[in-house]
Amino acid sequence: MKSAISQQRFNRDGEPQTYLNNGHGLRSWFLTKDHKRIAMLYLVSVAFFFAVGGIYALLIRINLLAPNGLFESDTYNRIFTTHGIIMVFFFLVPAVPAVLGNFLLPIMIGAKDLAFPKINLLSWYLYIFGAAFTVIAVIAGGVDTGWTFYTPYSSTYSNSNVLLAGVGIFIVGFSSILTGLNFIVTVHTMRAPGLTWFRLPLFVWANYATSLVIMLSTPVLAITVSLLAIERVAHVGIFDPAIGGDPVLFQHMFWFYSHPAVYIMVLPAMGVISELIANMSKKNVFGYKLVAMSSLAIGVFGFLVWGHHLFVSTQSVYLGIIFSFLSFAVAIPSAIKVFNWTATLFKGSISYDAPMLYGLGFIGLFLIGGMTGLFVAAVGLDVHLTDTYFVIAHFHYVMVGGSLMGFLGGMHLWWPKMTGRMYPEAWARAAMVIQFVGFNLTFFPQFILGYLGMPRRYATYPPEFQVLHIFSTAGATILAIGMAITICYLIWSLKKGQRATPNPWGAAGLEWMTTSPPPTENFYETPVVTWEAYDFTVVRPEDVTGMAAE
Amino acid sequence: MSEHIVSKKVYYAIFAALLIGTALTIGAAFINLHNFNIVVALLIAAVKATLVIYFFMHVKYASRLTKLCVALGFIWLFIIVSITMTDYLTRGWFTYVP
Amino acid sequence: MSNKVKSDEHSSAHGHGGRHPRLVHHFDSMEQQNEAGNFGMWWFLLTEIMFFGGMFTAYTVYRHMYFDAFAAASGALDIRWGAFNTVVLITSSLTMALGVYHAQMGNNKKLTMFLLLTVLLGGVFLGVKYIEYSAKFTEHIFPAASNFQWPPYEKPVAGHAETQQLADPVFTGHVKIYFFLYFVLTGFHATHMIIGMGILLVLAWQSWKGKFSKEYHSYIELFGLYWHFVDIVWIFLFPLLYLVDRHL
Ligand SMILES: [Cu+2]
Repeated sequence: MKSAISQQRFNRDGEPQTYLNNGHGLRSWFLTKDHKRIAMLYLVSVAFFFAVGGIYALLIRINLLAPNGLFESDTYNRIFTTHGIIMVFFFLVPAVPAVLGNFLLPIMIGAKDLAFPKINLLSWYLYIFGAAFTVIAVIAGGVDTGWTFYTPYSSTYSNSNVLLAGVGIFIVGFSSILTGLNFIVTVHTMRAPGLTWFRLPLFVWANYATSLVIMLSTPVLAITVSLLAIERVAHVGIFDPAIGGDPVLFQHMFWFYSHPAVYIMVLPAMGVISELIANMSKKNVFGYKLVAMSSLAIGVFGFLVWGHHLFVSTQSVYLGIIFSFLSFAVAIPSAIKVFNWTATLFKGSISYDAPMLYGLGFIGLFLIGGMTGLFVAAVGLDVHLTDTYFVIAHFHYVMVGGSLMGFLGGMHLWWPKMTGRMYPEAWARAAMVIQFVGFNLTFFPQFILGYLGMPRRYATYPPEFQVLHIFSTAGATILAIGMAITICYLIWSLKKGQRATPNPWGAAGLEWMTTSPPPTENFYETPVVTWEAYDFTVVRPEDVTGMAAE
Repeated sequence: MSEHIVSKKVYYAIFAALLIGTALTIGAAFINLHNFNIVVALLIAAVKATLVIYFFMHVKYASRLTKLCVALGFIWLFIIVSITMTDYLTRGWFTYVP
Repeated sequence: MSNKVKSDEHSSAHGHGGRHPRLVHHFDSMEQQNEAGNFGMWWFLLTEIMFFGGMFTAYTVYRHMYFDAFAAASGALDIRWGAFNTVVLITSSLTMALGVYHAQMGNNKKLTMFLLLTVLLGGVFLGVKYIEYSAKFTEHIFPAASNFQWPPYEKPVAGHAETQQLADPVFTGHVKIYFFLYFVLTGFHATHMIIGMGILLVLAWQSWKGKFSKEYHSYIELFGLYWHFVDIVWIFLFPLLYLVDRHL
């Protein structure tokens, strides 16, 4: 295969031909079928909702500065619900798969596009359509049920816009189903010649496992919110205790989706981390097959643990014990990954560029998030910790410390590939450190708060908790500043950043063997793969330096 | 796709089998089998579904991957129904009396 | 900046033999394209299984909790209509399968005919469903109706006083749960049929216009999978809804 430099083609203006300059104007973007452009559409929309969700997070933190709260309790309920719904359904679930996965998966397997480009575009429109419903719900006064929509409050008593938000989530669920469908079919049918399953990059494995989870769980969410919506409209339904319905059944069905959804959010980020660790220490991932298989194992076992959210409901204690045991078991494949990443670092030639910092940040924070998960998975202890800030801290360590760190790490690693420009390294490192400090300052005090008994979803609290809450709010402010810096320099780099070579990191993988940014069909000739994953001997120096070897 | 053309005879045979299955389902429902009425009904339905999947939907001639995919759907259906039912079946087992 | 290559770079990569006009740009062969479509359809059906699976879970739970109410409520459905509809749907599956057969044979006329026959049978099914639904309305056993009552409301016969014994409200609540499940299960099933019939009409039109051939008919096959799936759902719904406790 010839190097990316020697293959580079030029358009009539003498500019290198890329997916970015193949077509101009709104039409060329909003009707595009190119997976890379759709990824960019997703990036802009996902970033927007991240900002909105972040603003709501800050409102929560501002309210909690004083024991008596700043907002009315009812307003506060709507604020944290909006924060939860937007962050979960409109940022965390689509962030890594729909942006990075969409952009990279076909390139990584040497395909020209995803299997169903039109369906891919449709998936973005469904996302926007679902988001529109949710935004209308928020503007019309918001939702006050919490993002979990527990019945019978959501079905019978709440007088907020549950219906609109439910419709939004139903639609956005189909958006992620279509993305998952596309990924699965693409990985199965469109791998380049020679690219066997165990030569696939671990990011592809992770996205494949995620897609499996999406496909098998999201339809259950769809029917659950449908039944909830029907119950709200018809004033009769199966979750209504007044006619003998069991609200806990709603919790079963909801968590049958929402626990696996945790893996939908974190598995692709784990895939990103595998790429970061391997490429930034120039070594094959230690125990490649185990890491690949652990993705599938997490996907499968993730379906068998949902009842750990129901320990304090009327759920049978016997089933509770089984769920507790299985929840401990699902930690094993995650632990395998963490062990293997650290083993990969051993004796590697490690560079501490921003992507790697995010990778290391992920490992540390996810470790804390995962270990505290074991606390709340223990039935007895959970009775004390359920619905306290301990749980909040736990899942923010997994979601922000895990998924967000993974997403940002991936964005930095592949930013040159996606945009053709380098981001400013010094700024990126500084921003990462600021975010890391801010994050820990925000959420570590919440472990203590929760352990001391501060319940979640309350607008007020006893005065003795104030110090810890002030720490937390200060941390959130620092985290927000760190995020703002990242957003600013990334946008700045779009015009002013140094031009990227095809392979600025000297990384292994097919995406680094095409130009930065790639041409519309990704490769000028379909690559034939004769090497294993993370084989750094096939990295061509001219792709790294950008100088054509004459 | 080395596509397999199923002969019309097979389709008619499956159609007849499905009709017989429907008659059996109705017949069995009127016999008192106590707890086994539902078992028999589901068994017949499962056989009918298998016939449709195997012959009408050509899974008999499809790749192992397709077969696996179909199996996966029913396994996951089993997971959600059986684990949820475990809750309802074991709720009343033990009540604490101080 | 060395040699500028012309921006049209389609041809070279795709071997010899020429591309089928229906082969989309990012696939290498018709075989790959059909395989992707087929596999994608199966995965879509997998999500459909889980979609109905949520309702089946709820059904199982409440049937276990309130078996007596389910038995009584199921008795209010007309088993003859249920059986008739089962036969109709099975027949429509046969016509669909025969449609696929003729598509594979490249026989466009027969394909069109069988597609239309399938639509017709779907229409019969929905017609019967309409009759059944409206019967439930007049009997006041539609769960969202304010005049819901159990046992079903009967029109008083001339000369007889209106003496309907009502069941106790708790039992009536459980009956409501049964009928809620009955309406959402059959309702979502019927929705699937309506969508399917819409697509069938489009396919029949395209087939009439001669879009399909011996080489190119994957849409017919893919749609066939969907239609058979809808049939399978009904194969389970019939005994679960109509035949809960029919023996004497
Ligand atoms: Cu969980």
